[in-house]
Amino acid sequence: MAAEFQTPEFREYPAVPNALINDATAHLSPFIAKPNHQEPLGFPGELVENWEEKAVEKMGDLLTKYRGLRVYLDSCVKCGSCTDKCHYYQGTSDPKNMPVARQDLLRSVYRRYFTFAGKYFPKLVGARDMTREVLDEWYSYFHQCSQCRRCSVFCPYGIDTAEISMAAREIMDSIGHGQKYCNEILGKVQTVGNNLGLPGPALKATMAEFAEEIEDDTGLPVEIPIDKKGADVLLITPSADFFAEPHIDGLMGYAKVFHEAGVNWTLSSHAAEAANFSMFIGSYSNMKKVAERIRDAALELGVKQIIVGECGHAWRVAYSFWNTLTGVGAGADPSDEYALKLQKQLDPNVPQPMHICEFTYDLIQKGKLRFDKSANDHRTVTFHDSCNVARASRMGDWAGGQFDIPREVIKACCNNYVDMDPDTIKEKTYCCGGGGGLLTDDLMEIRVKGALPRMEALKDVVDHRGVNTLAAICAICKAQFAKVLPYYNFPMHMLVSTHQLVGESLVLTGSNQEKALQPKQEEPAKEDEAQAKAEE
Amino acid sequence: MSVLYALLFYVATVLLIAGLAMKIRQYWITPAPLKIPTTPAPTTRGGVVLRMIREVVLFESLFKSNKWIWLFGYMFHVGLALVLLRHLRYFVDTTSFIWSWVPLISPIGKYAAFAMIIGLLGLWARRILVERIRYISGPSDHLMLALLVGIGLSGAMMTFVVHTDIVAVKIFFLGLMRFSIQPLPTDPLLLLHLGLVAILMIVFPLSKLLHAPGVFFSPSRNQVDDPREKRHLASWAAKLDK
Ligand code: SF4
Ligand code: SF4
Repeated sequence: MAAEFQTPEFREYPAVPNALINDATAHLSPFIAKPNHQEPLGFPGELVENWEEKAVEKMGDLLTKYRGLRVYLDSCVKCGSCTDKCHYYQGTSDPKNMPVARQDLLRSVYRRYFTFAGKYFPKLVGARDMTREVLDEWYSYFHQCSQCRRCSVFCPYGIDTAEISMAAREIMDSIGHGQKYCNEILGKVQTVGNNLGLPGPALKATMAEFAEEIEDDTGLPVEIPIDKKGADVLLITPSADFFAEPHIDGLMGYAKVFHEAGVNWTLSSHAAEAANFSMFIGSYSNMKKVAERIRDAALELGVKQIIVGECGHAWRVAYSFWNTLTGVGAGADPSDEYALKLQKQLDPNVPQPMHICEFTYDLIQKGKLRFDKSANDHRTVTFHDSCNVARASRMGDWAGGQFDIPREVIKACCNNYVDMDPDTIKEKTYCCGGGGGLLTDDLMEIRVKGALPRMEALKDVVDHRGVNTLAAICAICKAQFAKVLPYYNFPMHMLVSTHQLVGESLVLTGSNQEKALQPKQEEPAKEDEAQAKAEE
Repeated sequence: MSVLYALLFYVATVLLIAGLAMKIRQYWITPAPLKIPTTPAPTTRGGVVLRMIREVVLFESLFKSNKWIWLFGYMFHVGLALVLLRHLRYFVDTTSFIWSWVPLISPIGKYAAFAMIIGLLGLWARRILVERIRYISGPSDHLMLALLVGIGLSGAMMTFVVHTDIVAVKIFFLGLMRFSIQPLPTDPLLLLHLGLVAILMIVFPLSKLLHAPGVFFSPSRNQVDDPREKRHLASWAAKLDK
């Protein structure tokens, strides 16, 4: 389906910014949503008649609702600091993929209709009328932004191109010019409860299979329950964890951790989805609607805690927005009945929601998990920070916990861990290339090209540090890497879920693995005891 | 000429203050419905104040990004700040105790003009020479630099080459502040300098110079990272709760 294109060559490492190639990816834009994708979300089915006017009107509306948008559109000084920071620019050399140039696609229209300078001196400040040409450019380049916020880190005013992309997509949706991929999926999650449209019974059957697989391996009846009333913990995880590789192995990892911790947990068929693509299209109302399914499931099941599985944008929505959207969190105003209804039910002694890595990390800190690290000795692992986790959320109670906690979890179960180039990890991490609603075959070219900086940093540690395993904590990153690694001549199986590393080395009490280890482990244990006694 | 410049400065001042006030009001009343700090972000208000100070005083993010832009940008802004402080002597009574520090920093301010001009020229050179920055520059970006360089050069010329009667200038401005128009010296350089400054004041609230107030309102920099601990709710969004 995708047209032929060349996978970018690895550049000399570390690379210098590319020379510009005008309109290098102007031809790339995703499939347009059909009326049956648009209408269920409350958007017009197709481009409305007076769309130019409507688009400007919608922009005006957003300007009064989002301070960030207004400030970002006014404040850019064209300093150029962000110009070389976007992976799509690096992979395509298209100047319109430079963050500030991407913003300018929208800013030019903002200036024309909403600023004095743009109304009276349009040429001087690069203001443009809302025309078909502008719309097509928007559609193309605002779908070549994964909303990863890397540019925002380096901007002296924190201008976040992600916010501008979201606004642009919201405007396009509102005039009937939406993106098929995101909107179709949002339709499914709102009617069935997950992005795949998997119905409850199918889900149950799949989970039973996974449980059986774990039992074959460990000899223990490890459960993966669904819709279990009276459970304490509700796990909300991306539905990719139910069907895709290596996501499934991550899910089995969570199940083992819950089992070992003795937690009474459940999935929900009503809310079998952590992903919330409404964020990608900038739609607050849809984002709330999707998040409300989780609230409803939590109320219905009566759980005390909500834990979120491995996913980047989903963790952003959960961590940063759930409390705002649906009250999953704490600290509601005493008059805020809506939020209090849920907050009174949730355990105030743990963070709500909690990331699965935080949960596992806590157990490790308390010495409640035992690992056979040698099970991962054939691996030298590196970790890919997901952009939304790194730059739009947190784990733990210290700034930067989102970097430390997953690494600590990996190090607790692997002997060989190596970080990639510091300019490509943590807050400076590069997007996998498939975030922000771009994870669709019709955008394969931009996905492959946008992966270049991450692939270059990976190649560096593969060549020089012996890395053979890439661990991820995001369903989109995993799906993207699974597709893209082969383009860059990496083996696909080098990709793992972080909780796969946990699951494969965790020694469950009473499991086959524990029995196999016993003769080896008993003796040093006795020695320790003897030594301890001697010291007394 | 004195009357013309007096009027010009009254108009410029009114436009600057009214324009900025309008803009700041607009930023102030527009809600930020979601928590969007660029993380890792401070988890307390105090931490946010520190982050903002580092951003405004040290240009922290820019430093992380690009040392050349930082260097030139920093030279320009610090130079400008010192030059502005030096200019206080035209508006205040430097014999009074609270302003007695103004003459003390004046010598630094004198040479800061060079830092300012070099910084500006460095930024301008990058705008022309670096392909990526050339691409994103519009006519207004070059004009803004021309305006600032013009102000800097005309000012520095008066300090170092063709002096003007600064006592008379001071009397003119002190007079303006009391709504009485005193004679302004008519050296062409001074008139040029003041004219450009008035233009700058007028375009300030209409241009990218809004980054100055904007940075304080940027949600990616000024929000506390505490969404799990506190429910953050904008009024328009609260209406959607049921
Ligand atoms: S948010 Fe990410 S993808 Fe979008 S312009 Fe910025 S760096 Fe590029
Ligand atoms: S870093 Fe910020 S101010 Fe500078 S060009 Fe980019 S968006 Fe504009």
